[in-house]
Amino acid sequence: MGMTITEKILARASGQRSSAAGEIVEANIDVVMLHDIGTPGIQNPLKELGVEKLPSSVEVVIIPDHFVPAPTVKAAENLKLTREFAKKHNIKSYYELGRGGICHQVMPEKGHVKPGQVIVGPDSHTTTYGAFGAYATGLGVTDTAIALGIGKLWFKVPPSVKVVIRGKTGVAISAKDVSLFLLKELSSEDVLNRALEFGGEIIEKMSVDGRMCLCDMAAEMGAENSVVSPDNITLEYLKERVKTPLSTVSSDADAVYERKVEFDISSLEPQIACPPTPSNVKTVKEMERVKIDQAFLGSCTNGRMEDLRIAAQILKNERVHPDVRLIITPASQEIYLQAMKEGLLEIFAKAGGAITSPTCGVCFGGHSGLLAPGEVCISSSNRNFIGRMGSPKAEVYLASPATVAASAIEGRISDPRERLRKGGIR
Amino acid sequence: MKIRGRVWKYGDEIDTDIIYPGKYLVSFDPLEAAKHAMEGIETDFYKKISKGDVLVVGKNFGSGSAREQAALALKYAGVEAVIGEIFPRTFYRNAINVGLPALEIKGIKDQIDEKDEIEIDLDQGLIRNLTKGKDHHFTPLPPFILEILKMGGAVPYYKNRIGKSKTK
Repeated sequence: MGMTITEKILARASGQRSSAAGEIVEANIDVVMLHDIGTPGIQNPLKELGVEKLPSSVEVVIIPDHFVPAPTVKAAENLKLTREFAKKHNIKSYYELGRGGICHQVMPEKGHVKPGQVIVGPDSHTTTYGAFGAYATGLGVTDTAIALGIGKLWFKVPPSVKVVIRGKTGVAISAKDVSLFLLKELSSEDVLNRALEFGGEIIEKMSVDGRMCLCDMAAEMGAENSVVSPDNITLEYLKERVKTPLSTVSSDADAVYERKVEFDISSLEPQIACPPTPSNVKTVKEMERVKIDQAFLGSCTNGRMEDLRIAAQILKNERVHPDVRLIITPASQEIYLQAMKEGLLEIFAKAGGAITSPTCGVCFGGHSGLLAPGEVCISSSNRNFIGRMGSPKAEVYLASPATVAASAIEGRISDPRERLRKGGIR
Repeated sequence: MKIRGRVWKYGDEIDTDIIYPGKYLVSFDPLEAAKHAMEGIETDFYKKISKGDVLVVGKNFGSGSAREQAALALKYAGVEAVIGEIFPRTFYRNAINVGLPALEIKGIKDQIDEKDEIEIDLDQGLIRNLTKGKDHHFTPLPPFILEILKMGGAVPYYKNRIGKSKTK
């Protein structure tokens, strides 16, 4: 019987010839990603487990990104602990503030993600690495400590759901619009705790940036992991970054899927998730009367070059609405530099936007742009839960970078297509 | 392993940011975490709960972030079990790992009302609704998960396993 990518990876990692949905396996862990919440969090479980030395079989990558730069003394203590942990265990892949960025961008960017690997981290958006054909999933700190300390962890092999996306779209429709559309269309019962495998012509042509956005947003769909079959686009991106040989993995033609769903998105309009859940999705057109106080462009979902470029195209020679604060957070130092080279940061600054260093702060309501009661924010990030970006009485709308940029100019939620058309972009 | 307490009911879409807001992620102190449990929709939840109480919850309880403090905060607030139809996997694993039983039972939430007194027998797969005088059977948890719960969480469980493999 054929296997899906996810089943193949978990079988290989468990030293088995095969694995099937529902089976409980104990998989060897290839890579553990840690950040400045996870590293302090694993200290107690690691100590209680009695782990002195980390197993050499696991590649460990530490990327402080949530509370950076430290907004409080408590956060500074956690960052110090994180730094000291990296030193103590001689972890080479430690990315200090100013040298890394948001973990889910830095991981593939610095070559720590390869097709076919098992990658875990104490962060729900670890699913992002599925964009490169890895089995990657978020865990709590106890699971992470076990994976790190013992090098193995049990998994119940998730049933795979194949999501095929066809059609023809212009650049005005981004991977974020596709993600939000899927959040609306897929019922949580059908995808909760499943492996989502994305395919179809839209995905095959999608850039690495777009695939990462989609696999990141799979966490909001409730997926355990998400995966795109590695292809030339994947290998082209990785070959400059990964120093060891690359191989690929793909699902068998007779692989068993719990369900297959197919969408033609040729007529898809810009999408927006209304408060208070990412699945409460409408078209941007329907929400155009909503006034905003803040616009946020960034996060592990949409802080990449493609996102900054399209936002800059819209913001060029424009001004952010007088009643709106626009915050821009490039997802990594590499992206920050590239955006600087391309003149994008200048466009944002001239438009009246505030550019932060790479951090998760704004997205998760940790620091650098919290909302007051009654305020409304349009955000390119991933969650609009109650209280997510500050006050429980604030409201967050989730949309694409283009929609965020157009809305920042208009002072209300705004469909970006007309502005893009004027700029000759379709 | 038996649990006895009063029931608190919650509806659908109680996500991790409601159970434990992001601004408290700097802390891993369980007693401190307990003070912020359910803060997104309720203040002083930990003062209202009595040790042994059980949550009966709707769809997607614990969806969103991988933050283990969500499960930890509930446990240290006094919650001894969470019963729902199906849990998002990360919350489920976190709950078991911190020693908080998470039970997935279809159709259960219509059978139990707020403030009902119930007794859960994890080994037998039985919930006795002492208020209504009704029994509900469920498929017991897999043995190794029961073992994790009996040992008080994944850390003692794995520690014991490491110890055994060393003495072999």
